[in-house]
Amino acid sequence: MRTWAKRVALALGLVAVMAGCGGPHAVVLNPAGPVGRIELNLMDVAAVAMAAVILFVLVLATLAVVRFRDRKGNKAPYTPNVEGHKVLEVLWFIIPALILTIIGIPTVQDTYALAKVPAKHPLVIDVTSLDWKWLFEYPGQKVATVNQLVMPAGQPVLFKITSDAPMNTFWIPQLGGMEYAMPGRVLPLWLESYKPGAYWGHSGQFSGREFEKMFFSVKAVTPTAFSAWAANLRKTAPAMTVADYHRLLQFTTVGHLSYSSYPAFTFPSVTHGFTLKGGMYLLMHNNPVHD
Amino acid sequence: MPALPSFVPYLIHTLFPPWVRRPTEIGAEVMMVAGGAFIVYWLLKYKKLQWLWNEWLTTVDHKKIGIMYLVAAIIMLARGGLDALMLRTNLALPTAHFIGASEYNEVFTTHGTIMVFFMGMPLIFALFNVVVPLQIGSRDVAFPRLNAISFWLFAFAAALFNLSFVVGGSPNAGWTAYPPLTELAFNHTVGENYYFISLLMTGIGTTITGINFLVTILRMRAPGMTLMKMPLFTWATLNTSALILFAFPPFTIALLESLLDRLAATSFFTLSHGGMPMMYVNLFWLFGHPEVYILVLPAFGVFSEVVATFSRKKLFGYPSMVLSMTAIMVLAYGTWVHHFFTMGAGPAVNVFFGLSTMLIAIPTGVKVFNWILTMWGGRVQFTTPMLYFLAMIPTFVIGGATGVMLGAVPADYQFHNSYFVIAHFHEVLIGGTVFGLLAGVYYWWPKMFGYKLNDRQGKWAFWLFAGGFWPTFIPQYWLGLEGMTRRMYTYPLGMGWHTLNVISTIGGFIMGAGFLVLAANVLYSRRHQEKDLTGDAWDGRTLEWSIPSPAPEYNFAVIPTVDERDWWWQEKERRRQGEKPVVVKPEEIRPIAIPKNTPVPILLGAAFFMGAFGLVFSWWDIALAGLVAVFSILIYSWFQYDHYRILSAGEVRESEELLGRLGA
Repeated sequence: MRTWAKRVALALGLVAVMAGCGGPHAVVLNPAGPVGRIELNLMDVAAVAMAAVILFVLVLATLAVVRFRDRKGNKAPYTPNVEGHKVLEVLWFIIPALILTIIGIPTVQDTYALAKVPAKHPLVIDVTSLDWKWLFEYPGQKVATVNQLVMPAGQPVLFKITSDAPMNTFWIPQLGGMEYAMPGRVLPLWLESYKPGAYWGHSGQFSGREFEKMFFSVKAVTPTAFSAWAANLRKTAPAMTVADYHRLLQFTTVGHLSYSSYPAFTFPSVTHGFTLKGGMYLLMHNNPVHD
Repeated sequence: MPALPSFVPYLIHTLFPPWVRRPTEIGAEVMMVAGGAFIVYWLLKYKKLQWLWNEWLTTVDHKKIGIMYLVAAIIMLARGGLDALMLRTNLALPTAHFIGASEYNEVFTTHGTIMVFFMGMPLIFALFNVVVPLQIGSRDVAFPRLNAISFWLFAFAAALFNLSFVVGGSPNAGWTAYPPLTELAFNHTVGENYYFISLLMTGIGTTITGINFLVTILRMRAPGMTLMKMPLFTWATLNTSALILFAFPPFTIALLESLLDRLAATSFFTLSHGGMPMMYVNLFWLFGHPEVYILVLPAFGVFSEVVATFSRKKLFGYPSMVLSMTAIMVLAYGTWVHHFFTMGAGPAVNVFFGLSTMLIAIPTGVKVFNWILTMWGGRVQFTTPMLYFLAMIPTFVIGGATGVMLGAVPADYQFHNSYFVIAHFHEVLIGGTVFGLLAGVYYWWPKMFGYKLNDRQGKWAFWLFAGGFWPTFIPQYWLGLEGMTRRMYTYPLGMGWHTLNVISTIGGFIMGAGFLVLAANVLYSRRHQEKDLTGDAWDGRTLEWSIPSPAPEYNFAVIPTVDERDWWWQEKERRRQGEKPVVVKPEEIRPIAIPKNTPVPILLGAAFFMGAFGLVFSWWDIALAGLVAVFSILIYSWFQYDHYRILSAGEVRESEELLGRLGA
């Protein structure tokens, strides 16, 4: 029994170590913000509970196979007519249920926790996925960028996500999980970067020929640097015209672009979709580009 | 020189656009033409055309239909596997361009679609057809002709889907085919038409099969075999059929509406005019989640038979096995939203489906524990089917455990559509379904063909296939945690993804080698394996092992009364204790009605194929001709009253005597 216990402890420790730091490239395991941190903690709970189950099953199966293999002179008891064992069979139902409760409770708590932005008036960034590029519009700052996201660090940022093309998902793995960009809907997602830093984002939903190019760069800067960046953009960058937006709608890939302003219709004002509080807008906004 | 008629350039342009004139496509074309020519030559040289038509193409015998499903499934496994190796080759190194983006997108779409619908489904139907009627003591399925129609709809749909590779262009929006990527504005080739139409066609066949086996199992069991005395594989078939019956209708709707969006300018799921793409996603997974249980429950059934036979012991906890399987069947309908937690359904909905997903792990765990306890106190024999069972335990348990992790909603926000998910579902679908079905194929092969597959070669194939599996898929979990998302045809340098991708690709090729050994095993065994004259190659437990291998066309000369589980095992036990064996008594043999061969199913399949081909290219006259052909054949078949031929008692007696089965 003692070697068993040691093995279990060792394996659990291994899992914990793997889940705790990971390699330099394991972005999901190195969260740089509270959302990714909460999600990683839940993964750890689930991974440890599941590792215990896996280990138990594998040890039991190995014991059964080794002990009861069909060899001459195997002295293990042979009981071909045993049909079952009431207590054990009931236990099979109860033990997994208990283990799943361990995972289920934090799952419920975290799901509800992440459904609320922890700020009254968070900074809003409107995200639109296009073929094959990302358009970021900053309604508070009135500026827009393509394929490069700049956000203030140290405070929650609310992303409102939609698509004017096939579906994509908006994902910055180091900050937290993804959310779909879907036409006709605006879905909310909040993320926060603890400190200023540079990250990358990508789409998780296949959207056609140049899907692989749906990478975007993410820069988290101090709030003052953020305001300065936006002010500078308003002065130096060109304004986005309707024609510019139509060009973005074409099936192309582009590098990084910046605009000092953008036409209002490019992001739906009201549409289908759930808000972060779980309520639902009912009205449907018609995008003039498509009708 | 007279000018070519104007439709010729049009035809060439439509049927062979530039994107089917790449080297791989032309290579495939040459292989298809050469292979077809060889088959025709072989048939003509050995005068086998008549034999092929009478014995196979027009048959309604469930055993032969099962074998045809098996052959088709193995061919499709080769195609889907080749697709997988092309994908893996492209991903081995960053910025590699073995195949370009467009072709990669087509190949991952056909890989997924073929593996689920044209490899997995026919393989489970192969086992249903071969095993279930024999296991419940029946002479055929409830509707033999419909059974053949199911097969031919599947076969022609598979042919149509594969044709897309060389004629017109393959679908390229993933096996899930989410709109609006599939709508004309974003996808102007005929590829997606092929996808929707061939799946609609095979879906009709699948639904009919579901109904057929529901009725067969509920109505045609041997006397004495109550539901709780049925073998577990029959239980699996019953539950799978129930899943098919209710899962395919939403899928049919999703496919049909998507097709209408493309062909008839409707706006069910389009980007413009208020279409709702998310509704497709709901409908798709309302089918898609039960579908994964459709694929895995039969494997559970196989494992239950295999583990009891090769542990030489009764199955542990039969009632809890039945209960858990039925629970999975019911719960399977209540988890579909976990495929899109990240589509903003709100915390209440997500929590509900997260917990229901975890709930389904409980009955699955019960099954694993019961299988292990079946070995406990038995005598475990390491035959090839048993090796597949033993390999399933770690893969399926780890795959299931990561499935639970995916059910933890906030964690899933990070896992969704990453390689973590790819690793998870390949682990349960290969480690569960494919291992299970291969175990079933090895296990019931002697029942189908009268000889075992060579065990030594079978083990070689097993070690390569199961050994290659681990390096292929375990690194993909880690790739997911490194942020690699699915369906990227290549990836930039500097992401740190290449080492694991190289390992994964090497593993994939080892699995490919395993498949080649398996194919060699089949070809070798056909010539060199000893005939099994007992009909009971593995010292089996259930009814199918009580009759000769392969079974005579009427299966049972006299249908036995089966009043206990593992009837054949108990019967052999009684014989060992000196009780008189139950043998066929000549005077009990009565004339047997055998369903007659009919060309209706294959013609119906061909007519559907013609109509479908017309629809793919929006050639309405051909589509209409196909529709007319379908109805003509149906009307013709209404006036066919003479469906059976009678095997006289004398003929049956003679046949049984030749098989050496007549008692005094």
